[in-house]
Amino acid sequence: MKRCPTCNRTYSDETLSFCLADGALLSASEDPQATLTLPSSQDPQETLRIPASQIPQVTQPSPSAPKTTALELRNITKRFGDVLANDHVTISVMPGTIHAIVGENGAGKSTAMRIAYGFYTADSGDIIVDGEVRDIKTPHDAIALGIGMVHQHFMLVEPMTVAENIVLGAEPGSVAGLDLKKAAAEIRALSNEFKLSVDPNATIESLSVGQQQRVELMKALYRRARLLILDEPTAVLTPQEVEEFFAILRNMREQGKTIIIITHKLSEVLAISDDVTVMRDGRVVGELKTKDTNAAELARLMVGREVLLRVEKSEAKPGDVVLSVRDFSVTARDGSRRVDKVSFDVQRGEIVGIAGVEGNGQTELIEALAGLVDPARVSGRVEYLARDITNANARTRKEQGIAHVPEDRHRRGLLLDFNLAENSILGIHYRRPAVAGLGGILLNDSGIQKRAAQVIKDFDVRPPNPELPARALSGGNQQKLIIGREFELEPKLLLVSQPTRGVDIGAIEFIHRKLVSLRDAGCAVLLVSAELEEVTALADRLLIIHEGRIVGEVDPKQATTEEIGLLMTGGKG
Amino acid sequence: MKLLRQLIFPLIAVVAAFLVGAIFVLLIGDSPVETYRQLLGNAFSWPDGIGYTLFNATPLIFTGLAVAVAFRCGLLNIGAEGQLYVASFATAWVCILFGGVVVDVFGQPVNYSIVSLPAIILIPLGCLTAIVVGALWGAIPGFLKARFGSHEVINTIMMNFIAVALVSYFTQYHYKVPGDPILETAPVGAAAHIPRLGKFIPGLPERIPLNLAFILALIACALVYIFLWRTKWGYEIRATGANPTAAEYGGINVRKQIVLAMAVSGGLAGMVGINEVMGYRYRYYDGFSDNYGFTGIAVALLGRNHPVGVIFAAILFAILSRGGIFVDAFTEHVSKDLVQVLQGTIILFVAAEAIFRGPFGRFGLLKRSKV
Repeated sequence: MKRCPTCNRTYSDETLSFCLADGALLSASEDPQATLTLPSSQDPQETLRIPASQIPQVTQPSPSAPKTTALELRNITKRFGDVLANDHVTISVMPGTIHAIVGENGAGKSTAMRIAYGFYTADSGDIIVDGEVRDIKTPHDAIALGIGMVHQHFMLVEPMTVAENIVLGAEPGSVAGLDLKKAAAEIRALSNEFKLSVDPNATIESLSVGQQQRVELMKALYRRARLLILDEPTAVLTPQEVEEFFAILRNMREQGKTIIIITHKLSEVLAISDDVTVMRDGRVVGELKTKDTNAAELARLMVGREVLLRVEKSEAKPGDVVLSVRDFSVTARDGSRRVDKVSFDVQRGEIVGIAGVEGNGQTELIEALAGLVDPARVSGRVEYLARDITNANARTRKEQGIAHVPEDRHRRGLLLDFNLAENSILGIHYRRPAVAGLGGILLNDSGIQKRAAQVIKDFDVRPPNPELPARALSGGNQQKLIIGREFELEPKLLLVSQPTRGVDIGAIEFIHRKLVSLRDAGCAVLLVSAELEEVTALADRLLIIHEGRIVGEVDPKQATTEEIGLLMTGGKG
Repeated sequence: MKLLRQLIFPLIAVVAAFLVGAIFVLLIGDSPVETYRQLLGNAFSWPDGIGYTLFNATPLIFTGLAVAVAFRCGLLNIGAEGQLYVASFATAWVCILFGGVVVDVFGQPVNYSIVSLPAIILIPLGCLTAIVVGALWGAIPGFLKARFGSHEVINTIMMNFIAVALVSYFTQYHYKVPGDPILETAPVGAAAHIPRLGKFIPGLPERIPLNLAFILALIACALVYIFLWRTKWGYEIRATGANPTAAEYGGINVRKQIVLAMAVSGGLAGMVGINEVMGYRYRYYDGFSDNYGFTGIAVALLGRNHPVGVIFAAILFAILSRGGIFVDAFTEHVSKDLVQVLQGTIILFVAAEAIFRGPFGRFGLLKRSKV
């Protein structure tokens, strides 16, 4: 534990030499050439030395700055079974600011905020609201104290109107009569004040995702929230919607609201927040002013080592056409057309990206190409290495060299209760090396173990124990297991969907490198990702999908986010 | 350690059930110690106690295995009862048809057969009949689920009624020896009799009906284990049970697995017929099953759907069902219904395990593991 002599903050990270808040030296060292030392990613023995001049200098808080925090978590500790989700977490949020809390999955950021909102009760520690220690046991207590929370997954009743949804649980008027008119008027006033432009009489199902999110904001505001906690609010938004959303947040800050935003997208942290709290492994590892930091530093604090944020790749050298899709349509079980007459090619040695707002047919396209959709529901023609595979089943396609990394690893990609070894042969479990003896009926344990060891080693799956159930792994390691299993097939075509969803930054970097090296080895890659940054960074060509149609192709090196975003929303913006 | 983890919850469930049972016994006004001595103590005497217990355990091992296999594929086979009835009847039918001259209930030699096959052919044929007919009866709800998505629980329950009524009808109106006061078929040919274990084990009298079907049950356990965990087919069945969408992604034909698992399950349930018809009564006796098919669900549950667990659970339930008779006879107030109380409580406690285990485990005492 190190203590800052000027501001008395303590740090558990022994490698830190400087206070992250005011830049004062943490250790007794008076060396003016002191450096911020962090362990290197390559060699833990070696440390990266960052000259003092590059260390963010944070100005001392001016005496006039408000002393009372809007919300303060002090030494919050929360344990779930064996897992220490929050370990003496201290977070101070000043009123009238936008405060970002960043960290990888499982870093404890959502837990801390759920404690503040009364979903969980802390094992120890205090919650201080507006300078007073408060006992928040339920969300009702939090709401009463002016704290509101917007969840990643909306909690709205679709067929009901905006006004009805907003008043739900806080209905105005007497028991006998629900005064919706009064509520609608109030909502309209709020909408104008915060420039939310939400029609109280519209039904939820008629609204776009971005508008629905504003309804969620409104729900909190209607309950007189002065402090809003937003959990991964941009996950479901298009780039344009994100911009609008940020404008709203800034406006709310102007109006005196305090906003806490939980996220793992560093670009958004830098774009919107005033202060950042970085969490790792249940602890606060950094408190910074946004204007004094950068993405690389935040990533390093989040992961605990140096992270490469860019994807490094050489120019693609496309070869023969591997996959040729013509007039390909997929119909859902309910009869609606999810993919509408798409045509494109994927060549050897290139990554073709498909960008689009989620739910525009990407899932169905990839599943159909992998042979997971009933042939009766597809039409058009799919050729793979000049062979018609339109009606081939999943097993045939896999045998011919088509690998598939599915978007939902729990539903599709893994047998969570099976161990790693058994998972490493899913899809090849019926052929060598997974079987041997009795004419290929008996499973071949040594072959399976060898395959599992290979995947675990090549793809750095941790913990490296083939006997563990897949459920016991973190999301990133589960994903590495799936990607490893599919890569070991040495595919000629890889269909990959959301390769890094819910995956830690460190693993993202690893997966991106592997994808590029597979491309360089001559594989054709078709990549779908909801992360625009990811597809533009990885893809050599980028197709934009909107409502099941391919509405454009852009060069990811040239196109701007605005351009792509415009296409993603069908040109309407 | 791994084995201990597997054992601990079933053991806790059994012990807890006996504690609850003791409270009932006390309330009724008997001594729990004496009652439990009657219930359990008679199971271990040689040769009767052990012989009858293992004999009673035989059908439960088959039905427990049947339920376990289906469960590994994510299916709940409530139809073992119907499957074992149909299979038993068919076995008797085949063993009569090819069994040659028999002595009927009136002591007269009669011939219902078309041809008399020697034991070396008739015994395998009888066994095969039991398995195949059980498998077919089980495959029907499997097919209905795979083809039309109709739920196997509903269909297997309904098929139980059909099975029981069907075999009763055949027995009563077509295959009963005229004048026989009991609802049963003619005896099967002597060539279809499988030997009682007393033939091979000194000190075990042949009057005790423990027969080779028990050994067959143990072999079936070993084969089921190999099938489920050591073959690619077992992998596919277990993958389907663990996560059908992931299995589909892995190129596994999920519908085929459902039919296959139900067929294997039905075949195992059908093997009860080997014990009953060829090893015990040597005829089809209507209504013979002491709810073997339903107790099999409890056996599989307590045995954690694992063949080894099924053996132990089947023996426990066999001890209870036989011990109930002694409780009835030798305690003052408690009736054999105590067995029902114990069985029910065991199931309740086993089911309560879900509270401790699994993804929604509240206390995270134990992590889910593969077996």
